[in-house]
Amino acid sequence: MSATREGRLAKWSVTAPPTLFLLLFFVAPALIVLLAGFQYPGEFGGLAPLADPGDGREHGLTLENYAFFFSDWLFAEILLRSFLVAAAATLICLVMAYPVAWLIARSPRHHRDLLVLLVILPFASNFLVRVYAWMIILGPQAGLAQAVNGFLALFGAGPVNLLFSPFAVLVGMVYVHLPFMILPLYTNLEKHDPALIDTAQDLGANGWQRFWRVTWPLSLPGVFAGAALVFIPVLGMFAVPDILGGTRDMLIGNLIKDQFLGVRDWPFGSVLAIVLTLAVLALAGLAAWAARPRGQYA
Amino acid sequence: MIAGFDLPDAGRILLDGQDLADTPAERRPIHTVFQSYALFPHLTVAENVAFPLRMAGRPAAEARARTAETLDLVHLRDLAGHYPHEISGGQKQRVALARGLVNRPRLLLLDEPLGALDLKLREAMQVELIRLQREVGITFVFVTHAQPEALALSHRIAVMRDGVVEQLDEPSRIYGFPKNRFVADFIGNCNLIEAAVAAVADGGLRLAAAGLGEILAPADGQSGVGDQGVLALRPEQVRIAAGGLALANRFPGTVRDFLYVGDVTTYKVELDNGRLIEALLPNQAPGRARFFEIGDRVEVGWPKEAGHYVRD
Repeated sequence: MSATREGRLAKWSVTAPPTLFLLLFFVAPALIVLLAGFQYPGEFGGLAPLADPGDGREHGLTLENYAFFFSDWLFAEILLRSFLVAAAATLICLVMAYPVAWLIARSPRHHRDLLVLLVILPFASNFLVRVYAWMIILGPQAGLAQAVNGFLALFGAGPVNLLFSPFAVLVGMVYVHLPFMILPLYTNLEKHDPALIDTAQDLGANGWQRFWRVTWPLSLPGVFAGAALVFIPVLGMFAVPDILGGTRDMLIGNLIKDQFLGVRDWPFGSVLAIVLTLAVLALAGLAAWAARPRGQYA
Repeated sequence: MIAGFDLPDAGRILLDGQDLADTPAERRPIHTVFQSYALFPHLTVAENVAFPLRMAGRPAAEARARTAETLDLVHLRDLAGHYPHEISGGQKQRVALARGLVNRPRLLLLDEPLGALDLKLREAMQVELIRLQREVGITFVFVTHAQPEALALSHRIAVMRDGVVEQLDEPSRIYGFPKNRFVADFIGNCNLIEAAVAAVADGGLRLAAAGLGEILAPADGQSGVGDQGVLALRPEQVRIAAGGLALANRFPGTVRDFLYVGDVTTYKVELDNGRLIEALLPNQAPGRARFFEIGDRVEVGWPKEAGHYVRD
């Protein structure tokens, strides 16, 4: 690009601040977490010193935290359950968001901004308040639970508790993350050339084929973006299960939070965070591999 | 309406005697080549071409063979595995054509398909289209605003105005014997000289043009004395000289403008009655053959067989 001194200066002055910021607040903490995973816990939380303090306390590096993780199926189970919840939430978000995004993209141009505003409007109020609102909606006194249990009673079943259940957790997760699926899908679908749909129809594609052979494959970048924006936050989310879930609905996010704030076992919390990160990266790699472009008639 | 994206207010759309007005676009035996090509960006050239076959549920082996065959027809075999963004405009055009032809529709609708190509490529594609049409034997309906394209490519031309067919004829008849003012003016350049029929005699018409006098024109077999209309005269039928033209119709005038386009020069000559008439002079000698300058007094003329009288 610009080889002049001013050009280089301008380039650095633009790229340096964000680079420094990321080094300081992303790379450094990640390295600290990585290191913490190999340390002993401190006596009153925090971490034990690396150097020998000379008073017989635990110090230095260890693999014990990893050994502990693999010693009990419970942790793997929580991790797996978290992945399942994240996958379910992502899938439900996708199914619900796609028609919404499609309708917004197909509506008259002057309506679109308003509709997009409506999608992001919930962000204007506090996240916790909105999740607590679901406690009331799903609570046993509310009409929804009464209706469900009244219906079940007809068949001699129930009553069931909607609140403090995996169902409530899933509802909360989907509710919180739906806009993150709608927006990337909308930005993708909005760019589609309507002529392609006309062409597909002209060439003999019926309504379903037009969607499945043209719209859907062209929207995959939006689908993947939305899936990532839902799946990964849901994996780490602890507030929703804390508020809406029961005692048996612990997810990996809750477990990690508890290690740091409850049990005060920072090294084990770090191990959990690292395992989670590695699992997500492996999954992302797998997704990228599965979605690689390939031609069938080439 | 032919493709099925718009519905007719009234009437029928007949293809081989079968009314298609109520058949949805995807079930008509008609394919369209759009001006924008509208190739599917997520599919390769071969997958694009195979698309209609897959939609029709053809067996994979047959689809493969037909795709390869059609790609050969448009000389695109080598690009089968490329994606649309990797090929040129002319190649995209040929992919769109192949895709429209691959499952042998009864009719191929081409909606200004050459509009986005540069001149050289467009002429090459015209030749290509004529060849393709001859090889596959499918009826092409070619929508265009470029009249030379229409004249060059068609067996029959329908000149339309506001959704109404003004004239349906062979290209040479559309050009030489336009039915009305609109057709004469729309197809190619044309001098339209207002004139009334003064007499019908000697297998020809004697026209009276205001300010010019008498013009001899060929008979059209339908105009009678007293009819009003225009004489449609192509610029290449009009001769221009410094004077002394031995032609039935000749009028003095002044050169007002000229346009040099290489093979010919078009002169705009103002007749003494104030009307402008265009004359084409071929540039047979090399170099810029400019015979007349703006302001020169000249004589324009045409034989009595030239032109075509159009009754209003």
